[in-house]
Amino acid sequence: MNPTTDTTNRPSVSVAGVGAQSTGARTSEAADPVMKLSGVSVFYGAYEAVRDTSMPIQEKQITAMIGPSGCGKSTILRSLNRMNDLIPGARVSGSVTYHGQDLYAKDVDPIEVRRRIGMVFQKPNPFPKSIYDNVAYGPRVTGMQVSSMDDLVEKALRDAALWDEVKDKLKTSGLALSGGQQQRLCIARTIAVRPEIILMDEPCSALDPIATAKIEDLMSELANDYTIVIVTHNMQQAARVSHYTAFFTAEVDEQQERHGRLVEFSQTGKLFTNPVDKRTEDYITGRFG
Amino acid sequence: MSTSTSNAGSAAGSALRRGRRRPVDSTVKVLLVAAALVSVATTVGIVIALVQPTIGFFQQVSIVEFITGTSWTPTFAQKAYGVLPLVAATLTVTGVALAIAVPLGLGSAIYLSEYANPRTRKVLKPIIELLAGVPTVVYGFVALFALNPLLQKWWPTDNGPAFQNLLIAGIAMGIMIVPTIASISEDSMAAVPRSLREGAYALASTKMQVSTRVVVPAAMSGIVAAVVLGISRAVGETMIVTIAGGLTSDRIVLNPLEGAATMTAFIANISSGDIPVGSLDYDSVFAVGALLFLITFALNAVSIRMVRRFREVYE
Repeated sequence: MNPTTDTTNRPSVSVAGVGAQSTGARTSEAADPVMKLSGVSVFYGAYEAVRDTSMPIQEKQITAMIGPSGCGKSTILRSLNRMNDLIPGARVSGSVTYHGQDLYAKDVDPIEVRRRIGMVFQKPNPFPKSIYDNVAYGPRVTGMQVSSMDDLVEKALRDAALWDEVKDKLKTSGLALSGGQQQRLCIARTIAVRPEIILMDEPCSALDPIATAKIEDLMSELANDYTIVIVTHNMQQAARVSHYTAFFTAEVDEQQERHGRLVEFSQTGKLFTNPVDKRTEDYITGRFG
Repeated sequence: MSTSTSNAGSAAGSALRRGRRRPVDSTVKVLLVAAALVSVATTVGIVIALVQPTIGFFQQVSIVEFITGTSWTPTFAQKAYGVLPLVAATLTVTGVALAIAVPLGLGSAIYLSEYANPRTRKVLKPIIELLAGVPTVVYGFVALFALNPLLQKWWPTDNGPAFQNLLIAGIAMGIMIVPTIASISEDSMAAVPRSLREGAYALASTKMQVSTRVVVPAAMSGIVAAVVLGISRAVGETMIVTIAGGLTSDRIVLNPLEGAATMTAFIANISSGDIPVGSLDYDSVFAVGALLFLITFALNAVSIRMVRRFREVYE
């Protein structure tokens, strides 16, 4: 391993983390973050995949998580709506709060968490059902009281900028759509249950540039009503769409194990133009990763 | 490193030439084709063997009588050749078997695929599949001498199940086909991509909702195939119904608490007695056999169509 990586690694992390947080707080002054991570570590069995992550998620803002592969950004994202619960042996320490409430407290129902904090995945994963049923799925399983399911489906599809393309074929399978349309269907499906926060795990990585542009536009549109957290390996994307950016990297410890680590968190503009940490600078200028 | 590269380089020229035949390859091919042909030939052979006596049968008995007659008494003095009693008994037993096997099999499959942790699944699945290896004669005897006495004892009313009856045969047969339905359904549920489950969980589904609303529909083609295969096995099953199902065939028995001969039970019974080759009784066995063959053939065709219809493409 490169010795310089080792020496630059450890000391600056916590400093950068804390420093960055205060920068973020200063910019949005009084606004209480809707979610807050404090000292969050995620373990798979005995393996600590991500260490000691602290950052806020600001309301109705887009927060991006960037960093090289294996830096734990997706792992952290999945800890925000307890999707990690589905992986046997996964465990979260530290605290993740949502409106001040600890998401991992004993009496918290993960189903209720996921109703408020939805998720869109890397690969579009519509159900093998009709477009209509894909969107209606969430409201149905959560027992939402709706006066008209048709209206709700239409609204969700309109909000996901898909309505005009599918309004004449709501009964056809969601799988018959193109990749970009499928991903917008998945977004429509997610917003149909009226969550407060939408987590997006590399939502454009399986899409072509045109479809990607559409999703990015949509994200900016959705940020008027929703808090969005997006994981992306595409720095330009983070720079284009997000208000806040968290840069993660992987560091190698004495046992040669890789651990994900938050290096820097700040307003997107600041992080990309004036990063505090050398590793952030190296990454965004393309010297690394 | 470098030596192996240069070796490969110099050997490449000769290796590419077509000179070296591989006799093993062509021999293996011939053997494999032969192996495949044996089953094709067997099927053709069965059809031919069935057709000739069946034609002989229908030269003496009209098809209309065969299909619509409500009494089947080839061994009686007063002979009648209406196949409906046999068909009715077969349907009754199959119906009972499915009523047992579909819920149990699907339930086991959902449990194994969605609820059981990997270690439990690893132990349980082979045990369930082991049930499929129990000889059917054992099921027959267990049904007749263990299950039926219990059923008779616990029956709430006076006119309980007979010594041999369709209900107990159906129950035993249902237990017999549980592993078939469970195993194939579980395979098909396990093949449902993880991403679909995650999508459903992310929409605030409970485990039960993920199982019944996403996984089961997505695995429907496999589940339908499993059930149709179960039906095929039930229709063709012989030993259990011969031992525990009864032999009445002179009238249509609709009460499952009575015994009645299914198509297969009739064939097994009459074939074990001595009937003269070429006689009408002998031919009647083949006529019933041909009908059985047609039914299972149709079931398989339906199964293939259903599987195509329900097949979902995930990507």
